[in-house]
Amino acid sequence: MKLNLALAQINTRLGNIDANLAKHLELIQEAQAREADLLIFPELSLTGYVLQDLATAVAHRPTADDPVFRPLLKASQDIDLVVGFVDEDRRNRFYIAAAYLSRGQVLHVHHKVYLPTYGLFDEGRFFAWGDGVQAFDTRFGRLGILICEDFWHASPPYLLWLDGAEMLLFASASPGRGLTAEPQLESARWVEHINRAYASLFTTFVVHANRVGFEDGLNFWGGSTAFDPNGELIVKAPYNEEALILAEIDLNQLHRTRARLPLLRDERTALVMREMRRILGE
Amino acid sequence: MIDLSINIELARTILTGFIRSEIMRAGFSRAVINLSGGLDSTLACYLTAEALGGENVLALRVPYSSSSVDSLDHAQMVIEALGLQSMTIPISEMTDPLFERFPEAGPVRRGNIMARLRMIVLYDQSEAFRGLPIGTGNKTEILLGYTTLFGDSACAINPLGDLYKTQVRQLARAIGVPGVILDKAPTADLWVGQTDEGELGFTYEEVDRLLYLLVDQRFSPEECVTTGFDEKFVRNVVERVRRNHFKRILPPIAKLSNRTVGYDFLYLRDWGT
Repeated sequence: MKLNLALAQINTRLGNIDANLAKHLELIQEAQAREADLLIFPELSLTGYVLQDLATAVAHRPTADDPVFRPLLKASQDIDLVVGFVDEDRRNRFYIAAAYLSRGQVLHVHHKVYLPTYGLFDEGRFFAWGDGVQAFDTRFGRLGILICEDFWHASPPYLLWLDGAEMLLFASASPGRGLTAEPQLESARWVEHINRAYASLFTTFVVHANRVGFEDGLNFWGGSTAFDPNGELIVKAPYNEEALILAEIDLNQLHRTRARLPLLRDERTALVMREMRRILGE
Repeated sequence: MIDLSINIELARTILTGFIRSEIMRAGFSRAVINLSGGLDSTLACYLTAEALGGENVLALRVPYSSSSVDSLDHAQMVIEALGLQSMTIPISEMTDPLFERFPEAGPVRRGNIMARLRMIVLYDQSEAFRGLPIGTGNKTEILLGYTTLFGDSACAINPLGDLYKTQVRQLARAIGVPGVILDKAPTADLWVGQTDEGELGFTYEEVDRLLYLLVDQRFSPEECVTTGFDEKFVRNVVERVRRNHFKRILPPIAKLSNRTVGYDFLYLRDWGT
């Protein structure tokens, strides 16, 4: 089975949902014209990243009667979408979230589990911590979504792998940092290394949509990628500029790679559980 | 272990992108720069001209009567090389009445007055030209506080503030800044014979390596000494960085209400754009 994957490596307007939504709808049209099946937007693609006190003002609920999600759900009749937004739950907690939309339905919402609150980051001050990591079924197979810092930790991709995800969809708004003599920033090199590693270790597709542009002095470096279950690069967007990139994904590669390398088959989850209990002193 | 070399193309892409983005989002398309003819302001002009086009950059030459003629000539070289708009506004006739009123003022007071008058000229031309003032302060001078508060440190955006002086030199060389500007001794040119390194008591080469360990690599002062830096030098620099922190932050506001600017009223400047 083939999947025409599209990554929307966009810049956003900080706190201006109308402008960002209009941009989403334009790119959805363009991706559709180029026959994409699934289009992935970066982290907080509808709002911008360093929201601080704007966080509560730009929150939406991913429902059919929401003015932002209504047109997106309509657009998802013809193309599956992953969009980034601030989710306000019924108890008025605010999450950094990504929603998977397909055929007019919200199939899955992921709340960012790891909120970096160190160095230049201050997410834990403004957002609630997500409390679940789950794969979900789509018309392209079982997928999993993580947001930026979620995949700086090894456990969320590991859990998605065990939960059956055949493709890990990572969405980021990664601020560039670590200028050295190398042609990429240290932050870019790190993310590329681990994404390739996850693809190899979990014999799964790993797709990363990162944003570009600036927010005050922060730059977002782009360089969105897709790796196949052998850890081979399928496609890569340019650094530091907007792009809509497409790649044909041959989902049968899972079968071939896992026939050669049965890491998933041999994973000893009972042993992991036993040792986790011991380590946690239970 | 201490490697301050930077990738030129990447630095150039990010910094010109930053200048373009932050100026446009503020609703402007032009910039104003006080161009002394020294390395920092020259590099700022090169980057800004690349970002906005030379015709959208107004370079101001703001000499005092004792300023070196070389500085003016070097500034002119940059203006011509980049096709910048330019204006020369001598500040002596503005500073001298104040100097005459306070004849006892020493070089620090006089230097600060000159730096602040240049700031007044810069911001006035910012309004007249409809361009935003570009900062020229580098990471070394910001950390050491080797700058006049509300003087040469005043700007709308600063593209150079995360580059050490030695990195500014590296980028400037690669980007084509003329050799005479690259090779001369850095100076604030506030009085005859003044040089940065003479006044600071150490070279940029030395202090950049130390600051890189202290700031970027989070070494303790003791670890820096173990690495081979002179203890007195380390203590001097650490104390300088601490003492000058007030120049790096906005003045604290006394908190009274439930929501106070600076503490819990938090927005980026790019808010809404």
